[in-house]
Amino acid sequence: MQVGLNHFLVISTALFSLGIFGIVTRRNAVMVLMGIELILNSANINFIAFARFGNFGLQGQVMALFVIILAAAEAAIALAIVLNIYKTFSTVNVDEIDTLKD
Amino acid sequence: MTEPLMINLALMILLLPLLGFVVSLFLGKRIKAIYIFELFIIILTFAGAVTLAFVKLNYYQNTDIVSQFTWINFGNIPLLGQTNIDLGILIDNIAVLMIFVVTLISMLVHIFSIAYMKGDKLYNRYFAYLGIFTFSMTGIVFTHNMLMIYIFWELVGLSSYLLIGFWFEKKSASDAGKKAFIVNRVGDLGMLAGILILYTTYHTFTFSQIFAQISAGHLPFNSEFWLTVTGILIFCGAIGKSAQFPLHVWLPDAMEGPTPVSALIHAATMVAAGVFLIVRVYPLLTSGALLFIAIIGMLSAFIPATIALTQNDIKKVLAYSTISQLGYMVMGLGVGAYKFAFFHLITHAFFKALLFLGSGSVIHAMHHEQDITKMGGLRKKMPLTYATFLIASLAISGIPLTSGFLSKDGILQGSFAFGSLTGYWIFGFVGFLVALLTAFYMFRLLILTFHGKPRDQHKYDHAHESSFSMAMPLVVLAALSIFIWYTPNPFNPEQGAILTNWIKAPQLVTPQDTRYNFMKSDVPSGSVIKTVPENSEIMYSENYTEALHQAHIPAMLLSLVLAGLGILIAFIFYQWKKVDVDKLTNSIKPLYNLSYNKWYFDEMYDAIFVGGTLMLSRFLSWFDLTIIDGIVNGSASLTRALSIFTGKFDNVVVDGFVNFVAYLSGFVGLIFRRFQTGKVQTYIVFVVFSIVILLFIFK
Repeated sequence: MQVGLNHFLVISTALFSLGIFGIVTRRNAVMVLMGIELILNSANINFIAFARFGNFGLQGQVMALFVIILAAAEAAIALAIVLNIYKTFSTVNVDEIDTLKD
Repeated sequence: MTEPLMINLALMILLLPLLGFVVSLFLGKRIKAIYIFELFIIILTFAGAVTLAFVKLNYYQNTDIVSQFTWINFGNIPLLGQTNIDLGILIDNIAVLMIFVVTLISMLVHIFSIAYMKGDKLYNRYFAYLGIFTFSMTGIVFTHNMLMIYIFWELVGLSSYLLIGFWFEKKSASDAGKKAFIVNRVGDLGMLAGILILYTTYHTFTFSQIFAQISAGHLPFNSEFWLTVTGILIFCGAIGKSAQFPLHVWLPDAMEGPTPVSALIHAATMVAAGVFLIVRVYPLLTSGALLFIAIIGMLSAFIPATIALTQNDIKKVLAYSTISQLGYMVMGLGVGAYKFAFFHLITHAFFKALLFLGSGSVIHAMHHEQDITKMGGLRKKMPLTYATFLIASLAISGIPLTSGFLSKDGILQGSFAFGSLTGYWIFGFVGFLVALLTAFYMFRLLILTFHGKPRDQHKYDHAHESSFSMAMPLVVLAALSIFIWYTPNPFNPEQGAILTNWIKAPQLVTPQDTRYNFMKSDVPSGSVIKTVPENSEIMYSENYTEALHQAHIPAMLLSLVLAGLGILIAFIFYQWKKVDVDKLTNSIKPLYNLSYNKWYFDEMYDAIFVGGTLMLSRFLSWFDLTIIDGIVNGSASLTRALSIFTGKFDNVVVDGFVNFVAYLSGFVGLIFRRFQTGKVQTYIVFVVFSIVILLFIFK
């Protein structure tokens, strides 16, 4: 069986759905962040897959590298946010943080 | 004396009494002796009047002096043209004669009142009122236009009202004042209408301009009929003021005022204002208007004369005789005896003022007793009053050597001539009948008051001759009731200056075919008269002069016989008592009652006008209460019902809608509140679901 584009896309979709699921269901903010990382990685898979099967040259790989770097930076910022949330609310449980309602 | 000086003198005569009025009215309460000032003023006014009359009648006999200025200038009004109102003074012969009479009698009445009104608590105010009356009367006489005549006319009415109701605590006096005022108003309405017709036609109030335009052929509404109507309407003012039939009812009631006032206002001067008005507008009176005037004058001469026969109040008798004499004057004017009518106005003013002042003297002596059936025998107690009263009675009865004989005879003669020329003999006939009645009732009054035995011994004992200030006016007026002042020949008034040079009948301005034949000018009818000569006479035709001449002797003899007969009957009835008067009155009871009850005029007017007004008022009050109030109440309840409905509508529909919107919002809010959790994760779920749904929609 030839591994084609669809396989990659399915994997990437599954990974994206897992990421969404993690973001929506996890109570812990850190776990939410991990969900985001999953979504970013599913996007990376898409880039690589389309770069491999499409006629785009190296653009996809380059973009994937950017995303990895971005993900690292984002993780740093997001963790800083989580730390600040903890400082403010003394919890990282996102269910209890609902001041947007007010 | 120059003409401007005469104008100033006239203004002085006009304004001095006003000054006296103002001063007396405002200082009257503080200064007790202010009446002396008023007295001084009236003497000054009289002196001015004498001077003016002397100068005018001697040096300006044929020139009228006019001074006028434009009071209001309306400018050039579209459709009307140049319009303005002029005010001014006209000094002509009849004006100065009238002013002489007015100021003289006014002065005498002032002097008489000093004693007569002594002790009255409103003493000074009384003199103030006399002042304003003199002012208003002077105003009527001196004006040269209809507007000022009307203004002063009303002022005279006002002062008459004030003086009739002078003892206003007495209900009858204040009622009489109101009656006089209201009855006069009826006549004045007609006068105002006449004046307005003249103004709308000629755009001027000035007599001379109106006359000039009429003689140029410009008539109101371009019809001779309306000229007649205008004349009659203006005459309505005279009917009211001169107490002519059918508006004569106020004058007898006006006797509620102080007696000197009756002498001044309701006998000599104010009531003569009506006659004076006819004299002023005489040129524009057509034959129709003159006939109307003559008829009214005749009725006014006859009816009150019959009433005076049976009255027992000394002043009432004199009041009815005044109406009767004024009727003579009006009738005289109506039949064309212009000069004699005005002459009678002057002579009557003197002897009637004398009669009233004499009666005032009697009333004063009898302690305000006015019923002649309680008097009698006063001749011995009051010889001077009796003598002067006798002279006046002779004058009013028309006995030779008196002034009344001259003027009254002239009117009778004129009505005779009128009868022979036009065939209306009725005026002459009634005139003579009234002469008989006059002689009878005047001597009845005289005999009952002064002759015989006293019927009220107590009052008789207290009666006394009046003091100097009351006696002096009587003597002066008695002297003026003698012929010598008017003519050297006691049987022919036309030999005196007053009729030959002073009183001049004016030139008529009415179209030729609206005049009586005997008043037509010599110009053949149909041709236009070009110029009106200054101060010319009514151009009586030859045959009028002739008829007048022929009537002279018969009229004089007849009036003499009738007056003598009247006096004789009075003596038979009341002095010698040859005929039982009571039996006689019983045998003609209905006639007696008719006369005694004044022909039931008051009752008739009560029923018709007062009753009619009451009925109308009742109807209107019913109308008000039922219809108007009904409409108001109806609209009120309609509004109320409407309000209730709108209230309900507000509460149910509008509020319901508002509440429903609120409820709906609340309900929607309740639903959407669920979505607003504040948790980012929920939002993300929504986003994801939405995206998925959108993906399915826009795939």
